[in-house]
Amino acid sequence: MTPPSSSARHAPAIWGDFVFALLAWGAAGLTLLLLAGILITLLIGAWPAIDKYGLGFLARSVWDPGQEDFGALAMMYGTLATSFIALLIAVPVSFGIALFLTELSPTWLKRPLGTTIELLAAVPSIVYGMWGLLVFGPILATYVQQPLQNLFGDTPGLSALVSGPPVGIGILSAGIILAIMVIPFISAVMRDVFEITPAMLKESAYGLGSTTWEVVWKVVLPYTKAGVIGGIMLGLGRALGETMAVTFVIGNMSQLDTPSLFAAANSITSVLANEFAESGGGLHEAALLYLGLVLFFITFVVLACSRYLLYKLGQREGSGS
Amino acid sequence: MSAIIYALAVLMPFLLIGLGWAYLRGSRFTRRRIINYVSLGCSVLAMIFGVFWLVWILWETLRLGLGGLALSTLTQMTPPPNETGGLANAIFGSFVMVVLATFVGTPIGVMAGVYLAEYSSKSWFVASTTRFVNDILLSAPSIVIGLFVYALAVKKFHTFSAIAGVLALALLVIPVVIRTTEDMLRLVPAAQREAAYALGAPKWKVILQVTLRAARAGVITGILLAVARITGETAPLLFTALNNQFWSTDLGAPMANLPVTIFKFAMSPYENWQQLAWAGVFLITLAVLFLNIVARWIARERQ
Repeated sequence: MTPPSSSARHAPAIWGDFVFALLAWGAAGLTLLLLAGILITLLIGAWPAIDKYGLGFLARSVWDPGQEDFGALAMMYGTLATSFIALLIAVPVSFGIALFLTELSPTWLKRPLGTTIELLAAVPSIVYGMWGLLVFGPILATYVQQPLQNLFGDTPGLSALVSGPPVGIGILSAGIILAIMVIPFISAVMRDVFEITPAMLKESAYGLGSTTWEVVWKVVLPYTKAGVIGGIMLGLGRALGETMAVTFVIGNMSQLDTPSLFAAANSITSVLANEFAESGGGLHEAALLYLGLVLFFITFVVLACSRYLLYKLGQREGSGS
Repeated sequence: MSAIIYALAVLMPFLLIGLGWAYLRGSRFTRRRIINYVSLGCSVLAMIFGVFWLVWILWETLRLGLGGLALSTLTQMTPPPNETGGLANAIFGSFVMVVLATFVGTPIGVMAGVYLAEYSSKSWFVASTTRFVNDILLSAPSIVIGLFVYALAVKKFHTFSAIAGVLALALLVIPVVIRTTEDMLRLVPAAQREAAYALGAPKWKVILQVTLRAARAGVITGILLAVARITGETAPLLFTALNNQFWSTDLGAPMANLPVTIFKFAMSPYENWQQLAWAGVFLITLAVLFLNIVARWIARERQ
């Protein structure tokens, strides 16, 4: 910051250096403080709820603002189920994309395709959300849910999975939208780590007569394992914390009554987005902040693992193996 | 179109049966080749799958957004249900908050990046911790930042305000700028620094006038990417800046902004609100993609 003031410019160099170093140090320290500040403020705000429910909050399935009775289980289920579906779709697709970009694509196509995937990551989540609610949801209901209901309507077990009114919102649509959103993140990391595989390793394998697939599966993937998992964790962190795209399409009902993939549900982020501004202090607000704290904690752990794994891979690359 | 799909659907089983037969009867070499072709085919399909969504989403945004866009969108205020109006106050509010947040967040981010790249050699632990924390903040859920600013600013002053919104957005700018600034400063050759030191320049002058200047394009790229990111951010504004139906320039009061307006309008059952929401989404997408492309272009020009 600070274009140095004119007096500082003429002051002895030692002062300029001191002030500048202090500013740089302060700005870096602010970042550290920010993390601590987030944790502490959330903890203070959530204290009434923590005090009342303790860790049992996570296992309680009620969420009733009217009766002032709260529990996180329904939202945890929503968050974990949507993220799980997202990864289920996004991981194989991202792997395919990274494989295509590093091994198959003609050189002239690499750049534009890579850019396209990266732009997909830049599109704001509210665009995905609105598209999911008004365009994709109805299509999913008509062409996927209804045929499935007709097919499995009488099969016990499966019928429960596809039950519910065909409006196209719920766990599955939220999971699919999340998958589309995290594909760019995961495939970008995978592409980058695939590219650091030493050419010598790959060429040796090709020289022994391996097919492209065998080179990728048995040489590149084992070499970059840590980075690939790191990329997946990064995508998971995104999926867990994504708010708008999920809020649009998940249906916003805190319930655990049905295992249906097409039933309206709630995730931690969607309940925060919908209820927080109107919670008006008291236990409701504290419970919501408790949810925020839980979310922050989970994403922190996931992202920290991701960083560690990517760092480990980077270190190996640095050591020049 | 449907004829092609039909033909593919009919041919598919034969293809699969053929492949399966060849796999079972073929030599080990044939099997390996089949596995290779099938998996590479899947990889191509995955690529098409990824690009397909982008094209579809952009196409719908363009089609429905242009349909909802009119001159009145830019000049009139957000309307009540079923009346004509525009998004002028929301566009203005978004613009004000994004600009202010950029001005607040950029200096802090650049200075922290300078610290990591230029000062950190003496205190390895602090630097690596900062880097780690910054990486976490870079991907942390933005709604948590919203909660933090709510507790910090909104609750304290008992009112939702544009200032709180600016603060929340600024906190999202900082990690992006720190990351790119550090990366770009590290690319500056040490010889440039040493040459400046040899001329007797103090460290702050070397940083401001030599290294930062050499890394200028990269730093600007980072700032543009940060702006692109906060332009579309909705979650942190939901309970900081809130929203406002009217034109407001008061930073101490709730301020209208595009993302929250879009959220409210898109979730409503009213036809005209949904149309305005599409127009808004179109504008935001356009702005974000434009910023991204400019940022890429600057970065490439310099290389």
